[in-house]
Amino acid sequence: MKRAVLFIPLGIFAVLSLFLFKGLFLDPSKLESVLVGKPVPAFELESLEDASKRWTHEDLEGEVYLINIWATWCPSCKYEHPFLNQLKRRGEIKIYGVNYRDERQPAIRYLANSGDPYHKNIFDPEGSLAFDMGVYGAPETYVVDHNGIVRHRFAGVLEPQVWARDFRPLIEQIRAEAAAEGKS
Amino acid sequence: MKKLLAAVTALMMAAWVQAAPIDTYEFSDAESRARGIALAAELRCPQCQNQNLHDSNSPIALDMRLQVYEMVEEGKSNAEIVTYFTDRYGDFVRYRPAFDPRTYILWLGPVLFLIAGGAIAVAFARRQRAEAAGQVEVSQQDKERLAKLLDQDKRNG
Repeated sequence: MKRAVLFIPLGIFAVLSLFLFKGLFLDPSKLESVLVGKPVPAFELESLEDASKRWTHEDLEGEVYLINIWATWCPSCKYEHPFLNQLKRRGEIKIYGVNYRDERQPAIRYLANSGDPYHKNIFDPEGSLAFDMGVYGAPETYVVDHNGIVRHRFAGVLEPQVWARDFRPLIEQIRAEAAAEGKS
Repeated sequence: MKKLLAAVTALMMAAWVQAAPIDTYEFSDAESRARGIALAAELRCPQCQNQNLHDSNSPIALDMRLQVYEMVEEGKSNAEIVTYFTDRYGDFVRYRPAFDPRTYILWLGPVLFLIAGGAIAVAFARRQRAEAAGQVEVSQQDKERLAKLLDQDKRNG
């Protein structure tokens, strides 16, 4: 009985090591997103190309789509841009672009030179919509379903592997749900 | 000598200079200034993790800082402001986690450890003292034997 008590510290140490060992393999950049499961926040922002035109959250509704946060100052966005263009060419999905904390002219020029993968371009120079979405850096990509509910958030460069692993299955699932609900 | 003294004084005064991001935000009064700064120090920057909103130079931290200050100026309560941020960025941004079932062990763990440690210490001290005083545990059997022996002694005597 007395002997068993001596093993208590060892037991505590073992449990602690287990937790710390698990912690070694957690990705600290992978934050929970509060927005998943909630509707896209309400907004009213200028169109990137035309300052007199305004887009609101109602302009985004309809079917499964992506919201992509990007900026010309963001190198990783340039890195993922060709893949977004490819998605558009293949007609896989509608992408709405949110130009985040950027300047209008360079952004327009960039899209003219490198291709415009976006269905609509929302200009968010103050980062107000991005703030409401919990964006903390660019690029970020959100999957939104037919009911306007955010289903997935991805922070980082959208690459074919990520697309095949996380995005395509979810998008197919949402399309199936939409078809079941008779909304697509 | 005078020059040296001046140099030393200047060096000592350098310690007063604090390295903090320079914000030009002006609070209407000292009270909300203190509240705003305390709140920003309690919120974590989601971009450069492990820095609070003051320590971080990232644009998002600046945005969040200004948002905190504005909400303080609007007279929002601390709880309202913190909720505003956790609604957008999750519990992650709180350096002081909420007290709810998920965090009971976090908040109460140290208290439990203290109680357990205290109990062990008290038990240990008691036993030590008892041993030092030469107290011996006497079992029922021993007592009976003792009584018998004493009884014999009395009869013999």
